[in-house]
Amino acid sequence: MPDDIGHVSAGLQRLAGTLVAGARTVHDVRRLSGGASQQTWAFRVAGDAVDVPLVLRRAPAGVAERAKGTAGLATEARLIAAARDAGVPVPALRHVLRSEDGLGEGFVMAWLDGETLGRRIVRDARLAAARRVLARQCGAALARIHAMPLQGLPALRVGGARAERQFQLDAHRSHGTVRPVFELAFQWLRQHQPAEVAQPVLVHGDFRNGNLMVDERGLQGVLDWELAHLGDPMEDLGWLCVNAWRFGAIDLPVGGFGAREELFEGYAAAGGRLDIARVRYWEVLGTLKWGVVCETMAQAWLAGRERDVEKAAIGRRASESEIDLLALLAPRGAA
Amino acid sequence: MHDQPTPEQLLDAVAAFLREQVVPGSAGALAFHARVAANALDIARRELALAPAAALREQAALARLLDADPTTDLLQLNRLLCERIAAGALGLDTPGLDDALWQITLDKLSVDQPHYESYLRSLPPATDQET
Repeated sequence: MPDDIGHVSAGLQRLAGTLVAGARTVHDVRRLSGGASQQTWAFRVAGDAVDVPLVLRRAPAGVAERAKGTAGLATEARLIAAARDAGVPVPALRHVLRSEDGLGEGFVMAWLDGETLGRRIVRDARLAAARRVLARQCGAALARIHAMPLQGLPALRVGGARAERQFQLDAHRSHGTVRPVFELAFQWLRQHQPAEVAQPVLVHGDFRNGNLMVDERGLQGVLDWELAHLGDPMEDLGWLCVNAWRFGAIDLPVGGFGAREELFEGYAAAGGRLDIARVRYWEVLGTLKWGVVCETMAQAWLAGRERDVEKAAIGRRASESEIDLLALLAPRGAA
Repeated sequence: MHDQPTPEQLLDAVAAFLREQVVPGSAGALAFHARVAANALDIARRELALAPAAALREQAALARLLDADPTTDLLQLNRLLCERIAAGALGLDTPGLDDALWQITLDKLSVDQPHYESYLRSLPPATDQET
């Protein structure tokens, strides 16, 4: 998107002095990731004695269309600031975009050094020491998120086991696909549905390998807060254990880097209260959710809304979710 | 009668072209999508080779499980199975259901994602698997 880079660079240039005291120029602007509606950019802001790397998260004005259940970037900014105050490792917030900034909705935050790619986090020799502490650190970070006071937080949707199961069932039904293993999982989830939590807490909603900034010392940042909501804290622990986020290192259930016991110890040591049956419930629901997400992406291609080959190919990954659901619900000797 | 190359050979040729020429000659999103495209062609090639036998296995297993006419169409059998599971008439306590679903799912993975770790671990030891 050549137009975008000019527009973003010019907008950031106007903000240079606001972002970093004494800075005058913006350079090395590059797009990191994201679709049309939500983008992540890296850039540097420089002056006589400073040269600071920063990150912009933005949704261009007019592309306000949001995926169902996402909180929006202004809300994400407030959550990141509140999480930092609560001792959760997150990037420091630098600036929340105003309409006069001309960059749409979004915010600027500090650049964090490290790795976010899941398959490198589970395999790179350089990160071996990090993997020994990462599951405990994730437990501690989650306990802090779940203990954050709700007053002062932006308005968030309230989710729970029943609502999430129904959401996934409706999505699956709307695809019209025929999957006996998914039916079995929906039945299991219905039969094992836990009581709604008495006190919904802040749930990150996408706390998994791939959204964690990791360096040699371990967890440096919890990223991507756009699916945050209020609900059952065990949802975050279960989702972190879903096989899709182990990147092939399936013997280490926590993100492919740690044991459940390490996650649970870290969580309890930081004041979190565990309910292991609920964690399992959310792991099953999360495994099914990944399969439904694969279907949703493939459906966008089948309906002609998307043309990326990647969207077509991902339809053939829903069967990964089927084998993982069977391994959870009807395990065999070898599985 | 069609000439050679066969559909399988054509898929093979294009996948090799993508991997050996397009991927090394490009970068970023294009290289990524070229790899995804080659993998998609591999899925199609494996399905051509493996699906006929797997479909017969699936049809026999589902017809037995559902006590249905063994010539019933595969989609129809799968619909029936889904309906009975959703209605609670069949479940994990139904003898043979888990074995049938495991076999069907392993056959699907052998086409879709034969390198998926959960699949590799679930295979019986020492079988010759198509990759």
